[in-house]
Amino acid sequence: MKPAQFALDTPQSASEALALLSDHGDSAKVIAGGQSLVPMLNFRLVTPERLIDINGLEDLAYIRENDGVLAIGAMTRQQEIEASPVIAAAAPLLAEATREIAHPSIRNRGTVGGSLLHNDPSAEYPVTLLCLGAEVEVASVRGNRTIPVSDLILPWFSTTLEPDELLLEIRVPVAGESTSQAFEELARRKGDFALAAVAVALTFGASGAIEKAAIAGTAGRCAQRLTEAERALTGEVPTDSVVGAVAAAAETEIQPVGDIHADEDYRRHLVALMTRRALAKAIGDRAGSKED
Amino acid sequence: MTGERKISLRVNGRQHELEVEPRLSLADALRNELGYTGTHLGCEHGMCGACTVWLDGKSVRSCLMLAALADGAEVTTIEGLAPDGDSQHPLQAAFSKHHALQCGFCTPGMIMAAADLLQQNPHPSEEEVVDWMGGNICRCTGYRAIVRAVMDVAESGAAPPASDPEPEPSSVG
Repeated sequence: MKPAQFALDTPQSASEALALLSDHGDSAKVIAGGQSLVPMLNFRLVTPERLIDINGLEDLAYIRENDGVLAIGAMTRQQEIEASPVIAAAAPLLAEATREIAHPSIRNRGTVGGSLLHNDPSAEYPVTLLCLGAEVEVASVRGNRTIPVSDLILPWFSTTLEPDELLLEIRVPVAGESTSQAFEELARRKGDFALAAVAVALTFGASGAIEKAAIAGTAGRCAQRLTEAERALTGEVPTDSVVGAVAAAAETEIQPVGDIHADEDYRRHLVALMTRRALAKAIGDRAGSKED
Repeated sequence: MTGERKISLRVNGRQHELEVEPRLSLADALRNELGYTGTHLGCEHGMCGACTVWLDGKSVRSCLMLAALADGAEVTTIEGLAPDGDSQHPLQAAFSKHHALQCGFCTPGMIMAAADLLQQNPHPSEEEVVDWMGGNICRCTGYRAIVRAVMDVAESGAAPPASDPEPEPSSVG
């Protein structure tokens, strides 16, 4: 056995889980799919006194679309997101990014909520949900609150979730008719941690110009909106020179962290390259759908 | 509690009741408590895929699964993949035919992963096989033969479609 000893609770309802978090939040970790937490336990990078297993909270696993909002339960497995026709239509970016998460047997267990809150700088959900303008609903015995993903995620695997809070739901605005989304990341080996990733969501106007551009990137520190890149694209017809200017802006404003796998300059270069590739894909998809 | 808790696992159709510490992995429970030593542990942090088993019909990393969290689940290991104890699953026969193993350490995980692919997608392209098998690492660098073996089964259509949810009790374990 590799992990240090811990106590295990297996609540069967959200209210039971919240009561446990209220009593033990500071010394407990919630375990959902466990695909990041169990390796950390095995390495003893974390040694919680207690694990609160929320796999019994089956009513937190769902994908629903209602009034222009896609609602995803925190316990929804990544494999379910990958396979969902609702997600494919309402947030194609999420479906595309999910296919890049590790490997199929990891996605069978891993959850959307667990991956978002683990907030690994190389993870797919923080950067895509930030790009999509998603928000989350969290609960504690003190009550519920809604947090935009932009206010949830912090650098270095941190979030603004309080120790007694539980993530219930992720809400994403449904993609409109004239939008196009794309995701690009680069990892040295299939399924490995990405060195850099970029997500784009574009809304096209009737003239072919881009009315609204959301671009988010990550390169070793934390997912961030690339607002200068967005500004360089908004209102423009995406010609090669415009795309070049957008990529240059992304390269400048990304805050990379270098390590043994890739230094800061290389990660900046990759963010520019992923921006170009994601834009080419999103613009190409848009052109293709207009021809249909 | 940090103490032992009672769980039940149905492994390859056979029911087991056992007491486990919360920190015991499903892999260690299968190998050390129940004797299903066909499941191999390589990295023990989810990178190598050697410990791949099926949990309720889907492939998972048994090193990343706490045994206590598998309480009540149906587990399939390499010992239970063939329809009966003495025969070979078509993938096992194909791995043998194509020399798709050298030391064989990664093979149980390779076969459990490939069998999950074929039950979902009986006729994958070579690209899909390569993509899927990227989750399993072979240190003998035998990937070409592994892909050939999986493609042989995919092209011959020999793999049984979905796993039988209630297979006959086996003699293993």
